[in-house]
Amino acid sequence: MALIQFREAIAQAMAEEMARDDRVFLMGEEVAQYNGAYKASKGLLDQFGANRVWDSPISEAGFAGLGVGAAMVGLRPIIEMMTWNFGIQGFDQIVNHAAKMCYMSGGQFNVPIVFRGPNGAAHMLGSQHSQSFDAMLTNVPGMKVISPSTPYDTKGLLKSAIRDNNPVIFLESEMMYGLKGEVPEGEYLIPIGVGDIKRAGEHVTIIAWNKMLHVAMAAAEQLASIGVSAEVLDPRTLQPLDEELIFSSVRKTHRLVIVDEGWDFAATSAQISDRVQKECFDDLDAPVVRVNSLFVPMPYAEDLEHAVLPTAERVVEAVKEVLYVG
Amino acid sequence: MAAEAKTKYDRDFLTSVYKEMVFGRRFEERVNQAYQKGKFAGFCHLHIGQEAVCVGVQRALRPTDYMISGYRSHTQAISKGMDPKAVLSELFGKVDGCVRGKGGSMHMFSKEYRFLGGHGIVGGQTPIAAGVGFAIKYDKKDDIIVCYLGDGACNQGQFFEALNMAATWNLPVLFIIENNQYGMGTDFRRVTSVDRLSKRALAFDIDNSEVDGMDFLKVYEHVGPIVAKMRKKPKPYLLEVHTYRYRGHSVSDPAAYRTKDEVAQFQARDPITTLGEYLKKSKVATEEDLKTWDKEIKDQLTEIEAFADASPKPALSELWDNVFAD
Amino acid sequence: MALVIEMPKLSDTMEEGGIANWLKKEGEKIGEGEPLVEIETDKATQEYESPEEGVLLKILVQPGKAVALRTPIAIIGAAGEAFDLAALTGGGTKTAATTPAAASPTTSAVPPKPTAKPVGAVAPTQAAPVVVGRVKASPLARKVAAELGVDVSQISGSGPAGRVVLRDIEHRSGSGAAAAQSAQAQPAVAGAASTTIPVTMMRKTIAKRLLAAKNDAPHFYLTISADVTKLEAWRQQLNGAAAKAAKVGVAATKVSLNDVVILAASRALKVHPEVNSSWQGDTILQHAEAHVAIAVALPEGLVTPVIRRADALGLRDIAASVRDLAGKAKDGKLSNDAYAGGTFTISNLGMFGIEEFTAIINPPQAAILAVGAALPTPWVDEHGALVVQQRMKMTLSCDHRVVDGATGAKFLQTLVSYLEEPMQMLV
Repeated sequence: MALIQFREAIAQAMAEEMARDDRVFLMGEEVAQYNGAYKASKGLLDQFGANRVWDSPISEAGFAGLGVGAAMVGLRPIIEMMTWNFGIQGFDQIVNHAAKMCYMSGGQFNVPIVFRGPNGAAHMLGSQHSQSFDAMLTNVPGMKVISPSTPYDTKGLLKSAIRDNNPVIFLESEMMYGLKGEVPEGEYLIPIGVGDIKRAGEHVTIIAWNKMLHVAMAAAEQLASIGVSAEVLDPRTLQPLDEELIFSSVRKTHRLVIVDEGWDFAATSAQISDRVQKECFDDLDAPVVRVNSLFVPMPYAEDLEHAVLPTAERVVEAVKEVLYVG
Repeated sequence: MAAEAKTKYDRDFLTSVYKEMVFGRRFEERVNQAYQKGKFAGFCHLHIGQEAVCVGVQRALRPTDYMISGYRSHTQAISKGMDPKAVLSELFGKVDGCVRGKGGSMHMFSKEYRFLGGHGIVGGQTPIAAGVGFAIKYDKKDDIIVCYLGDGACNQGQFFEALNMAATWNLPVLFIIENNQYGMGTDFRRVTSVDRLSKRALAFDIDNSEVDGMDFLKVYEHVGPIVAKMRKKPKPYLLEVHTYRYRGHSVSDPAAYRTKDEVAQFQARDPITTLGEYLKKSKVATEEDLKTWDKEIKDQLTEIEAFADASPKPALSELWDNVFAD
Repeated sequence: MALVIEMPKLSDTMEEGGIANWLKKEGEKIGEGEPLVEIETDKATQEYESPEEGVLLKILVQPGKAVALRTPIAIIGAAGEAFDLAALTGGGTKTAATTPAAASPTTSAVPPKPTAKPVGAVAPTQAAPVVVGRVKASPLARKVAAELGVDVSQISGSGPAGRVVLRDIEHRSGSGAAAAQSAQAQPAVAGAASTTIPVTMMRKTIAKRLLAAKNDAPHFYLTISADVTKLEAWRQQLNGAAAKAAKVGVAATKVSLNDVVILAASRALKVHPEVNSSWQGDTILQHAEAHVAIAVALPEGLVTPVIRRADALGLRDIAASVRDLAGKAKDGKLSNDAYAGGTFTISNLGMFGIEEFTAIINPPQAAILAVGAALPTPWVDEHGALVVQQRMKMTLSCDHRVVDGATGAKFLQTLVSYLEEPMQMLV
C-alpha cells in the first residue's frame, strides 16, 4: 500500500482510465499546461499529449456542453470544473442536457461523462466560493453523484465513474486535495452506490461524507472518551444512495445524526432523514438530528466562517441530544 | 411528362425536392389540425413557410453528417431521413414515436440518421454541436455537424461560448441561424445590437454569409460549397438564412405582434410556390402534376395519421426505462 | 359528406373557447385554409381556418357563447347538402371531449386528507388499536414496550417534554429489555475467530440487575483481614467430630470456612442492623432479621439463593442449608422464592485462590461481603514479632446512601472479632 494524496488518487484514476481507453479525454480550465489549479491533473498532458488533455476557455456552460456533445457521439469526456461554484454556470448543460439526453432520446443517446471538481467551502474564500451543491445536484434524475472522503475511495470511485455510461458528478474538496491515505498498488474499482462503515459503533449512527466525514470521525473519537460508541457511515455515493446500509445501521443503533456541509433547507441530509423516518420509524429512539451549515451566505472572517460550518463539537452535541444525555 | 426539361438540375432531383417541401408543409398543417382536434397537447412549434431551409441544407449534406436543432424541428428531422410516422407518433405520445413517447414535439432524435435532437432550451444545442465537432476532429473524420438555431438563440451566452471554442479549435460546425424575424413575439431587431445576425461571427473571426431562405435553389447553391470547404479543412461557419414563419411562434400564438401585410409580403415569395413555378417554367412538371402530387401527399398523410392514431400508448412500465443507460 | 367543425384546441392550456366572430355566413363558400371563425382562447383571439373546402351549412354556436373543446360549432359540406344534425353531432349529447387538458383529475377524485390523529395515540403493533391517551414516546420505546407488555402511559418519560424513551422502558421492565437492546446494539464482529453467543435469560437478568445496582447505588469499599488460625483449628475439631459421628451412623454436615463466615456475618448483622438495611427512596428499611444470600457460580451464570433467618440458625444448620441450596441451584431446581428476600450477600472466591476482590451490591440490599482465600501470611503480631498466621481478607461493598464508612468499619470489626474468637458467637 502506498500513502498518496487525494489529488494523486484523482490523477492516478484518470491516467489509468485514459491509458485503458483512448476515448477518454480531459478538459477544463488549467488542466493541461498548468497541471490543474489544484494539481489534480499533474503529468497528464506530458503522458497523453494535447489531443487528450485540453485547456478550455473560461466558459463553463460552453465546455460542459461540448462534453455532452462529444459524449453523445462516442467519446468519454472528463470535464473538470475548477470549482463547482463555477460549475453552476454549466448547470443548464448538466441538468437540462446531460441528465435528460438518454431519457428524452428514448435511450438512443446516452452521455458517458464525468463532471468533477471541488465542492463546498475551502477556507476564507467568501460567499461565492464556499458553497456545497450536493442537494441541487442529487435532486436531478438522470445523473449519479459521488462525494468521496479518502484517497482510496476517490481512486476506486473515479475509475468507476469514468467507465459508467451515464453522467456522473464527482465532488471533491479543496481542503482534502493534500489529504493522504493508503491506496493499493494494483488496479481496483469501487462500485457506485455502495456506502462504507468508516467506524463501527453501537449507540448512534453518524452519516457524513466528503470532508464532513473527517469531522464525524473526530466527533466519534471525542464521544468514545465519554463512553459513547458511534458508528460512522460514509455513503460515498449520494445518488443513488445506499439506503439499505443506512437503514441497517440505524436499526442497530436506534439513533441518527447526519453531518452535511450543505445548507440545512432541503439538504441531502434532509432527504436521508426523510427516508429513515419512513423506513426505520419503529427503530428510532430519538428524532433524527442534522448538523448542517447555517443558512447564510458564507462570511469571510475566520471566526464567522467557523461558526457557519459543522464542527466536531456540534456533532458531539447532536449525538448527546439523540442519546438524551447532558 | 414528354416535354424536355429546361434546367441544369436533374428532373428527379427537382421533383423529389418539391415533393419533400410540400410534404413538410402538409405535415405541419396536419399536425396543427390534430392539435386542434385535441389529439395531443403541450407546446407545438410549426415550420410552415421555412421549408426551403431544411430541404436546401439537407440536400448539400451526406448521411454521415450530423444535425442538431432547437424546438422547431419536425420537418428537419424528416428531411434528415427520419420516418414521418415516427415523428407524428411521437407528437401523439405513442409507442411508435421516434423516442417512444418520451420526447414530444421538441425532442425528435434518431441515432440512425444522426439527428441529435430536438432541444427545448433556447441556444442549449450550440455547445453540444461544438462537442460533436470536437469528436469528429478527435476521430479525424471529414463529417460536419449542422447546428440550427433561431434568431432568438443568437443572444444566448452559450452560443458565444460555442462560437469561440469552435473557432479556436477549428471544429467543423455549420451554425445556421434560421432568422424568421421573431424570437417568440419579439422582433429580433428590438433586442439585438446588430442588424444582421451574420455579424455575430465577426467577433470570433468565423467565416460567415447570408442567404435568402425563401428560395430552395438559393439555399442549396449557397450551402453546397460551404460544406465542401468545411470537409476539406475543418473549421466552423456561420450562415444566416432569412426566412419567415407563417404561423405564430406556437400553435397557441395568434401572432398579433405583426401585420397581415407583412405576412402577405412573405407569402408572396412562398418557397413552394416559387419552386413550383420554376418546375413549370423549366418543363419539369405541369400544374396538373403539382395538384396530383399534392393529393398523393395528403393521402399519404392520412395513412400516416391513421398509423399514429392506431399506435398504442407506451406501457406504464416504460416510465422508468432510459433514465440511465446500462 | 358533411363535416362537423368542433371547438378546436388553440393553446396548450385551453379548456373552452368562445366564438368571437363568424367570418363566413351560413351558405357562404369557404376554401381549405381560409379563415372561418375567430375564437377566443384563454390566451388570445385567434383565427381558425377551415380544414376543408366547401360551404358553411350551419352555425351551431353563436358569437359571444363559449363551449368546451370538441363541442360541435359548425357544419361544412357541399352546397345544398342535406345533413342529419343529430346523427352528425352524436344526438346532441356530445359535450366536452376528453382532451388531455380536460382529462386532468378533478379534486373530487382525490381522497380526502385524513384527519390528524394525536401523536402516538395508537399502539402500532396491536391488532385492535387501543387508545392510551396522549403519551409521548419514541417509536422504539413504543415498540419495545409493546413487545414486553409494558404500558407506556404508566411510565414517566425522561426525554424532552417527558418523552418516554428506550431507557425508561428498560428501567421499568423486569424482563431484560436493557440486555435485549444492548445485545441488538452489538456491532457486526469482523474477525474470523470470534463467536457471537446468544444471551440467556439468566445472563440478561444478571446484566440488567448488576448494571442497575452499579448505576443506582453509590458504592464504597472497606477491606480488612482476619486471623483465622484459631477458627480453622476449631473447624477441624468440628469436622473431626462429625466424621466420628458418621462412623456410628449419626449424619452430621461438614462445615466449611465459608459456613463459619456466614454464621459470623449473620451474628454481626444483628449487632449492626444499619448494615442489614435497604434504601427505599424516602426512607431506609432496617430489617428485623438477617437473610443472607450466598453467591453460587453456575456455568450459565451467578445465582444468589437466600439462607433465611441465618442469624437464628446454628452453624450446622447453616452448613446444611448451604449444601441444599447449592445442590438445588446446580440441578436448576431452585424456586423463585429461594432468591427472594435477601438482606445481605456473601460472595466467596477463596476456593480459587483469590486473595481479595470487590463485589457489586445485590439490590435492594445495602452491602455485600467479598471473601478471599485464607492463606499463610507473614504478620506482625501485637508483640511486634513477625509471625505466620492463616489470614483471610474480606472486602465489604457498601451503598453509601444507607451505610457510612464508620458504620461499615464497625461491622467489619465485629465480624473479625467473631472470626478470630469463634467462641464469642456461642455466648
